[in-house]
Amino acid sequence: MAGDDEPIADGEAAAESDDESVVESDGETAVEPDNETAVEPDGESLEENVGQRFDRLPATAAERRVEGRATREEVVDYFADRFGIPAETFEEYTFWEKGAGKIWIYAGEAPSPIEIEAIGMTCLRTRQEHWKPTTDFVQRFGRRATDCVIELSREEARAFIDGQDQDLEWNGDWGYLIAAHEIGVGSEGRPGRDGEAVEGAALEPLGVGLYVHGELQSVVPKGRQRSVSDRR
Amino acid sequence: MEPLERYRPIIDDFEAFLEACRRPLGTAVRVNTIKASVERAIAVLSETGTAYERVDWNPRVLRLETDSPGSTWTSFHGFTYGQEEVSAVPAGVLDPQPGERVWDACGAPGGKTTQIAALMDDRGTVVANDNNLGRLSALRFNAERLGATSLAVTNQDARNFSMKPFEFDRFDRALVDAPCSCEGTIRKNPDALEDWSEDHLHSVAGIQKGILRRAIQTTREGGTVVYSTCTFAPEENEAVVQHALENEPCEVVDFDLGLEHSPGVTAWDGEEFDPSLEQAARIYPHQNDTGGFFVAKLEVTA
Ligand SMILES: C[S@@+](CC[C@H](N)C(=O)[O-])C[C@H]1O[C@@H](n2cnc3c(N)ncnc32)[C@H](O)[C@@H]1O
Repeated sequence: MAGDDEPIADGEAAAESDDESVVESDGETAVEPDNETAVEPDGESLEENVGQRFDRLPATAAERRVEGRATREEVVDYFADRFGIPAETFEEYTFWEKGAGKIWIYAGEAPSPIEIEAIGMTCLRTRQEHWKPTTDFVQRFGRRATDCVIELSREEARAFIDGQDQDLEWNGDWGYLIAAHEIGVGSEGRPGRDGEAVEGAALEPLGVGLYVHGELQSVVPKGRQRSVSDRR
Repeated sequence: MEPLERYRPIIDDFEAFLEACRRPLGTAVRVNTIKASVERAIAVLSETGTAYERVDWNPRVLRLETDSPGSTWTSFHGFTYGQEEVSAVPAGVLDPQPGERVWDACGAPGGKTTQIAALMDDRGTVVANDNNLGRLSALRFNAERLGATSLAVTNQDARNFSMKPFEFDRFDRALVDAPCSCEGTIRKNPDALEDWSEDHLHSVAGIQKGILRRAIQTTREGGTVVYSTCTFAPEENEAVVQHALENEPCEVVDFDLGLEHSPGVTAWDGEEFDPSLEQAARIYPHQNDTGGFFVAKLEVTA
């Protein structure tokens, strides 16, 4: 469409991959497989159900019908235990699985199962030893995190979102961390409704990093990486 | 520019119109209030040295002094979405409320879908549809960057959209941001008129009529349907709404718009349209130094 705002991949995208792919920015078009795969080779390549079927997660293990499927309780506990994101954050959301292990978070109405293209946003990979939240999830909900948040300087943040791995000091747990930085401070945080600020936010989450052996690996998906150069 | 000559009789100050169409368009972004308040987005822009200007008709639209709005911190954080200024009009006219069920019939790549979700505080159900799978994957990418959790994404021909995947059978509101001949994007895409032909216009009008009718059918009595295009051709605008008025239970209703605009036309090429079509809005490039746009608001009456 000539009328598009943010530009679209010209070859009309490789469609149906579940990767965080495609589009945007200044004519720079990225249709790339999820490079998060590079990080943890074994559990990462998801086989998607051809039927595009989403199933709502069972509330607890007692209601689990499908082998290996995470429960809502486990997911909410994971976010609380690992990152300190309060369980109440998710009270009005439902969690869904499509294929093996990819979990989606949704605020709307839908019957389960449902066969559509997407429901809400991807938030977590399960069915692997170390669960991994998505970049977009931590950007959306990670402001409430109190644990496993590594603060980066502007320079480090710029390298991180450009996909670079960095040697950094960190005294907490190894594994997946939320990388965050201070930006746009001085104004209140996000609004509950347009223009009305309800919560302050000092650190702004950038995405997910994998911390091992003194190194923070950026697992920002290729299509989400950016080269940002500040004018000052 | 030649194809635009046919609009000389309906556009006031046609020379200013042509002149504006020849000028390239600057860069605009919409603040994504799902992730940041306008104040916060502006603080980030200032801190990182990106000059901006606010527009007076919409607090969430900013004009940026950069050619690469995608390489900014606000874009990476999903605080802003690159969108033509006038593109922010239809979602505002739709006026969706938190908790509602809303259908975006032609949603990809997601600019208006995510704006609808933001206006609903990301609470409720926004069914984002498009018949083009490649464009739909762009929509999904954009929606995740902007943190929209209220979207259900479907891949159907909107003309015979099936409600079967869902448990409800009517929407509260629907937006038809139709595929069109895109004449109004000439300032952004100088070759927008290259493939222009009257035949194309008529064939796309057929699709537009089918989608708008389906949107009215799937919206509850008293619900709202907004029809928009980025083109000037009455065949794709007033004539499409006229077709809906004749075939579906609906009426054209008035709305406020903080941008200068002209009323919809009631006659074109020997055809007469319902007088209520004057309540539609035609936004011309010379009026607000933007792209061109058409918007009509309908209420479903049965
Ligand atoms: C003007 S664009 C929509 C832009 C979008 N609303 C936004 O704001 O980002 C029109 C869209 O209609 C889609 N389309 C064309 N014919 C369709 C049909 N029969 N059913 C559903 N979508 C259709 C195209 O693929 C295209 O993405």
